[in-house]
Amino acid sequence: MTPGRPKVAIRGLGMTFTTPDKQVEVLRGIDLEVREGELLCVLGPSGCGKSTLLNVVAGFLRPSEGEVRIDGELVTAPNPRRIFVFQERGVFPWLTVEGNIGFGLWRLSEAERRERVAHYVALVGLQGFEHAYPQELSGGMKQRVEVARAFAVDPDVLYLDEPFGALDSITRLQMRRELLRIWQREKKTVLFVTHDIDESVQLADRVVVMSARPAEIRRIVTIDVPHPRDLSSPRYIELRDGIFEEIGLAHRV
Amino acid sequence: MRRRLALPPAVLPALGVGLFVAAWAAAVALSRTRLVPGPLDVVRALGELLAHGLLLRYLVASLFRVTWGFVLAALVAIPAGIALALSRRAEAALNPLVQVLRPISPLAWIPISILWFGVGDGAAVWLIFVATFFSLLVTVIRAVHDVDPVHKNAAWNFGLDRRRLVRQVIFPAILPQLIVGLRLALGIAWLVVVAAEMIAVDSGLGFLIVDARNAGNRYDLVVAGMVMIGAVGLLLDTLVRRLERLPAVAWGFSG
Repeated sequence: MTPGRPKVAIRGLGMTFTTPDKQVEVLRGIDLEVREGELLCVLGPSGCGKSTLLNVVAGFLRPSEGEVRIDGELVTAPNPRRIFVFQERGVFPWLTVEGNIGFGLWRLSEAERRERVAHYVALVGLQGFEHAYPQELSGGMKQRVEVARAFAVDPDVLYLDEPFGALDSITRLQMRRELLRIWQREKKTVLFVTHDIDESVQLADRVVVMSARPAEIRRIVTIDVPHPRDLSSPRYIELRDGIFEEIGLAHRV
Repeated sequence: MRRRLALPPAVLPALGVGLFVAAWAAAVALSRTRLVPGPLDVVRALGELLAHGLLLRYLVASLFRVTWGFVLAALVAIPAGIALALSRRAEAALNPLVQVLRPISPLAWIPISILWFGVGDGAAVWLIFVATFFSLLVTVIRAVHDVDPVHKNAAWNFGLDRRRLVRQVIFPAILPQLIVGLRLALGIAWLVVVAAEMIAVDSGLGFLIVDARNAGNRYDLVVAGMVMIGAVGLLLDTLVRRLERLPAVAWGFSG
């Protein structure tokens, strides 16, 4: 864990949605810095606003207060340098695996494009499925297409919004391992939103623990366990239990 | 569970049609009615039309009008619908107009279309155009609004300009709904061409029906015309349905 230079700077961020009959404050006073090459997990209960935070940082939503800067530049709209990975339903059902992975590559020549697509098809282990349509794939395979589509445009930053939430638990573990493998190889800055405590502690360099709505940062936990992580090591368990307690949950079922 | 006998898929439909024709023939023969021709009279009438070359000529005339009216309507309605749905202002300005024009029966346009185009193909093509245009336009607008926001956001994120957004996301995303809309519109077009030909032109299957009655109460020819209209309508629908199986749209039809 070599702390890189600051990449994403979030300052005084607040978000209030106004509907005709009421105002809902979703985010309040968020200050956060993400370093280059860091894998940061934003952890919070469902509906707390962490997804809104990610949408603001990605530029899909304008904040009510505060600002987001990336490399010092104010974020006002999404940018192909920073790709948002949706859950598996983000893949385009009318395109094949190849078509989906090559979707963001129209600036490249045909040959470069084909080479890049082949590389990422292999990286996510979908050889043999290049010409398959998403409805012929399992949820985990679709999610890999989605991740490959994002990596293929070689972005600096990846935003992942509970990307593995819809998968079964075995596939979810495999996907985490693959994400770590790709992340370590390609060294991207990753913001990963999840409500799953184990997931956050398995993946992250740091875990940002959010409160319930309006979401504020309660604590930032540095996970100083090297990859590959031993999920039964005392330090891992200590960190995980610390977060469980922070959120106010006993971890006995 | 009772096991059912496995039948080839064509058996039951053929049985249904066969029973209907048999019942029809029996009813006409037993009642000795002169109000309805029997099935054999109709087959004879079809043979007569075929021998005179009228069947093919009228069929081509009707299909020609439907094709032009329908294709023109689709060529205008699809881009117009996408453009309207993507511009909140244009939609707000034009939507009320569309909603008022849409429920007007295409038949109500007959006098105006004859006034504008005279008796001939132009009037019939125009009628089919107005009959299908609004239905298609509304389908396209609704389909664009139904495009999954996740897909629109992904396009935005990957930096697509407007042209690429429409070509690579909006159009393929609406295609399944569009095919259903085209199927409905083609059905409407086929209904309307018959009505248009009864009034506005002097050829086509619709003309055949009024002409056969006016020129000597040839109800065998009238029913022969009706049978042709039904058969061609079924054929057109079957052809458009085939589009639903294309791999790039099948996702929209798998439920």
